[in-house]
Amino acid sequence: MIRFARTALVLFAFALAAPADAALQDENADLTEKLEIGISSDEIAITSDFRGADLTIFGAVDGFDQGLLAQGRYNIIVTLEGPKDNATVRKKERVFGIWVNTSSMTFELVPESYSLSSTRDIETIAPPGEMGNMGIGVDHMRLVPLGFVGDGSNLGEFRNAFRRIRETSGVYERDPGGVQFISASLFKASVRLPANVPNGVHVVRAYLFRDGVFVAAKALPLRVVKTGLEQFITQAAHQQPLFYGLVAVLLAVVTGWGASLIFRKE
Amino acid sequence: MTIYLPIAELSVNILIILGMGAAVGFLSGMFGVGGGFLITPLLMFYNIPPVVAVATGANQVVASSISGAITHFRRGTIDIKLGTVLLCGGLAGATVGVWLFSLLRRLGQLDLVISLLYVVLLGTVGGLMLWESIAAMRKAAKNQATTLRRPGQHNWVHGLPLKVRFKKSKIYLSVIPVIGLGFCIGILTSVMGVGGGFIMVPAMIYLLRIPTNVVVGTSLFQIIFVSAYTVIVQASTNYTVDIVLAFVLMIAGVIGAQYGVRVGQKLRGEQLRALLALLVLAVGIRLAIELVIPPKDIYSVVSAGFGF
Repeated sequence: MIRFARTALVLFAFALAAPADAALQDENADLTEKLEIGISSDEIAITSDFRGADLTIFGAVDGFDQGLLAQGRYNIIVTLEGPKDNATVRKKERVFGIWVNTSSMTFELVPESYSLSSTRDIETIAPPGEMGNMGIGVDHMRLVPLGFVGDGSNLGEFRNAFRRIRETSGVYERDPGGVQFISASLFKASVRLPANVPNGVHVVRAYLFRDGVFVAAKALPLRVVKTGLEQFITQAAHQQPLFYGLVAVLLAVVTGWGASLIFRKE
Repeated sequence: MTIYLPIAELSVNILIILGMGAAVGFLSGMFGVGGGFLITPLLMFYNIPPVVAVATGANQVVASSISGAITHFRRGTIDIKLGTVLLCGGLAGATVGVWLFSLLRRLGQLDLVISLLYVVLLGTVGGLMLWESIAAMRKAAKNQATTLRRPGQHNWVHGLPLKVRFKKSKIYLSVIPVIGLGFCIGILTSVMGVGGGFIMVPAMIYLLRIPTNVVVGTSLFQIIFVSAYTVIVQASTNYTVDIVLAFVLMIAGVIGAQYGVRVGQKLRGEQLRALLALLVLAVGIRLAIELVIPPKDIYSVVSAGFGF
């Protein structure tokens, strides 16, 4: 179902690209670039010594224009988007001398992690309006407030605070040089999964721009899963919570008792 | 050396966690406190999500108080009868506390309430204890008797009905203040994620006038059960007990606690109380400063999965 939805999304992105292509039809009738990407594995396993991972994505542009490519007028953006969840931004204010959370805003379904790589700074790839429409980049990410926000005058400050905090904590990253052409039409991009990466389905997206105009996109799912013992523990905690709690207490009893037995001999 | 925590969903340095556990274990063994009021803030400072820190801290407290309590049991410094009465109040209080916890969490003010509670309780308890123990030390220096229990000097607590004789503690006391104390501390256990020893110990000494040597063991005895209960409740309602984190903390904690108990036995009662008072005050002041000084960032982000 998710895979189907994603395919639909990709098709939708192609459909979006169609009018842009149409505008250029009279110049170059047979110019329809296609984008293909591939990752070595569609699953990342979190082991007990997981410290984050660098992911290399390979891709190819088909049907490119030799001249435009030579002039460096093709640009590629690759993003790795984590699972989405609601996020609440709280603001503190001084009340009777102490700092108290006085206002908050919840943004609907924002990615838990976001790593972006591009051929150059994304602000120079396409006009901000276009990036905003497509929601590419931390600055253009859609941040839709949940519920009543009053007159919306403080929307901007909460959005900025959200972006700043996520970037300084390292879960939102950008690398404006992370995509490199390794041959005429082959490129490689590196994106990063942070150490505190959320589990679930991440999405790798690649976007192709020609002269500041969006041409094609491609998306691939990437599952981040816990393995072995980590997986077993998580499952137990959620499916057998009472039993899990009892085991946790039992473990504490045995540890505490064991220690006092060992130390008694001395 | 890193280790991945499956419930907290992040990688941490195992040596830092071991160090935290050992240090807190040492102090808990020395003073007869569970150490929850130290371990929970420390974990949060190390970026562990607060809900995981609270629940996992309680699990660690179970291990360190068992290890400490067994040592006290062998020395005969636990009043099981008194501990059981305290425990009855404690379990009832913990149940009320869980309900209060979710209410405050919904209102988005849980962290503020927790900080304020810490500051008020730690400040009051620490200040009173420090004052008393310094006075006692001065008396000791002048070679005067340093008994805490002044015969014939009873407060209002000793006028209450339903009196029971607690042989081990050599006191004849109403069960009402004992259950009441257990109840209040039970609430704090679930709301603040602490065992409550830092309040239990002074309240037993100053309010109920129970001899200091029995107080530490008895408070550890009841903390075992109240925190075990909290762990089970947290595990089944919030799924936030990280067994891997708890185990690493426990191993270091119980070893630290053994050494702590030994050092504690060597110190005089009033010295022990003065040190505990200083520690309690230091944590209280640290939290008070955090409430008053302008924060580094007036904004904070919490994701729906975790956080207060």
